[in-house]
Amino acid sequence: MVRRGISYAALAVITFVLLFPLLYALSGSLMTASEISSFPPPLLPSRPNLRNFADVLRALPLARQYLNSAVVAISVMLGQLLTATLSAYAFAFLRFPFRNFVFALFLATMMIPWEAVIIPNYLFMADNSLVNTYPAFILPFLAAGFGTFLLRQFFLTFPRDLVDAAKVDGCGHLRFLWSILIPLSKPALATLGIYAFLSAWNQYFWPLLMTKSDAMATLQIGIKRLRDVEAATAPNFILAGTVLALIPTLILIYVFQRQIVRGLTTGALRG
Amino acid sequence: MLTQVELTGIRAAASAQVRDRHRLAARELLTAALFLLPSLLVFTVFLFWPLLRSAVISTYGNDIIGRPTRFTGSHNYQLLLSQPELHEVILNTLLFTLYTVLPALVIGIALALLLQLRVAGIGFFRTLLATPFGFSVATASAVFGIFFNPGVGVLNGFLYPFHIHPVGWLTSPTTALLAVAATTVWLQLGYNVLVLSAGLQAIPEDVYEAARLDGARGLSLLRHVTLPLLTPSLFFLLVVSTIQSLQSFGQIDILTKGGPARSTTTLVYDLYLNAFAFGNSNFGLASAIAMVLFLLVVIVTAIQFGVLERRVFYR
Repeated sequence: MVRRGISYAALAVITFVLLFPLLYALSGSLMTASEISSFPPPLLPSRPNLRNFADVLRALPLARQYLNSAVVAISVMLGQLLTATLSAYAFAFLRFPFRNFVFALFLATMMIPWEAVIIPNYLFMADNSLVNTYPAFILPFLAAGFGTFLLRQFFLTFPRDLVDAAKVDGCGHLRFLWSILIPLSKPALATLGIYAFLSAWNQYFWPLLMTKSDAMATLQIGIKRLRDVEAATAPNFILAGTVLALIPTLILIYVFQRQIVRGLTTGALRG
Repeated sequence: MLTQVELTGIRAAASAQVRDRHRLAARELLTAALFLLPSLLVFTVFLFWPLLRSAVISTYGNDIIGRPTRFTGSHNYQLLLSQPELHEVILNTLLFTLYTVLPALVIGIALALLLQLRVAGIGFFRTLLATPFGFSVATASAVFGIFFNPGVGVLNGFLYPFHIHPVGWLTSPTTALLAVAATTVWLQLGYNVLVLSAGLQAIPEDVYEAARLDGARGLSLLRHVTLPLLTPSLFFLLVVSTIQSLQSFGQIDILTKGGPARSTTTLVYDLYLNAFAFGNSNFGLASAIAMVLFLLVVIVTAIQFGVLERRVFYR
């Protein structure tokens, strides 16, 4: 009984400390400017109000930036689901020359830091007048070595008989993929989808380079701009914008944590 | 005995089968090519080709707007090596990696062990402790930037009752790198807790039981059983988070912009400053930095695999 009490106390304290940045963001987003700027800073708003949210939505094209982030993240997610499913199918079920070499090439893409290729990609977008457009945010991320690896590992767990039976039936590759494999692979596809969405939604360096106007900024860049403008004066403003940007990703990781863990451990636990 | 006619028939059938198999193999090859094409196209246009081009641009001089125009051989590399700042920048990069990767691993292990407590509702705490994983570099930096604010920040607010003078966390060269690293550690913790907690849960109960029968308790159980069995997860996190750390950009851009006095300028940030931040960008020099970064990532990862992977206990 005492032991259980200590356990819960330890869990509660640690959770509070680790979650403090989130709790403070929520609390601060409900404070007035003068309240959050007093010293020593209060931890809770004396009279919580939602005015910051209304103000920040009015001051910035934040709604538009929400839309931009959604368009980019959903496109990247759908693109990666499509390209990774196709390539993982080839690696798992088809025989062709140099298969291992091509697969190694796919894995090697995970080793190339995006920053090491960012200048040629910037020049490519500039030369094709794509800077400050959706394609610039989306195109480079439509395929991913990680996604291919994840789905291939999942496909390999299916018994060979399933594939052979489908072939005997004269079922074409595409039909087999669409009507048998994809319905059976929903858990792995969910993992990849969540992962692709999260990383696209949270990207910073590339969208920073590709953004030339507030209207084309993603939420992450919007927050940076908000901070640049408001840094000295209104932390409550910044926190309101931050909380708005966090809502979709926090919902994702709280609701779909099991799927995320399955994806993260693909590389960590062999077998 | 087969008649001539029967034999001809069998031969024809056999060669038809071979032809069929060839046709099937050809069809399979075509299908594979079509299925791989979309991914390969993206990789070629946005990764493989740019990597080559980065290497090429790093040997070029620039015109006045930073565009690579003429071959200058190893000039950019010589320029880079002759700058005393380069050593500082590489040192900053390695220190930053050290300050972020190791604390995030150690704290991650502690949190994951805490989540092994067998009490009702532990799943709820596990869900909550993954919270930092939902943050981006921008959102985390926005919040931590306010914590570190010298005048109104919560951190100095905590120190106030102890009569400690307000610290300029992000404006003093001695604390800025640590402050940015602390932000990064927190950001990394959500991911680490998820992976390590899953790793701990994958250790079968009978292993512990056997160890307990052999007399292992408490810390020795942790040292001789739990940690060795956790090494696959630990090694995976070490490799992945080191690569990630070497590439950190957003937290530096938002919190310190590489300052004060270059104390938070890492390779990636130096690349950004040279290529995009000033009016006179120098893509050649910046590409040389990009190649150094690429090499550093490859070398550090290779060292980790060479030195540490043999100690990983794969079951």
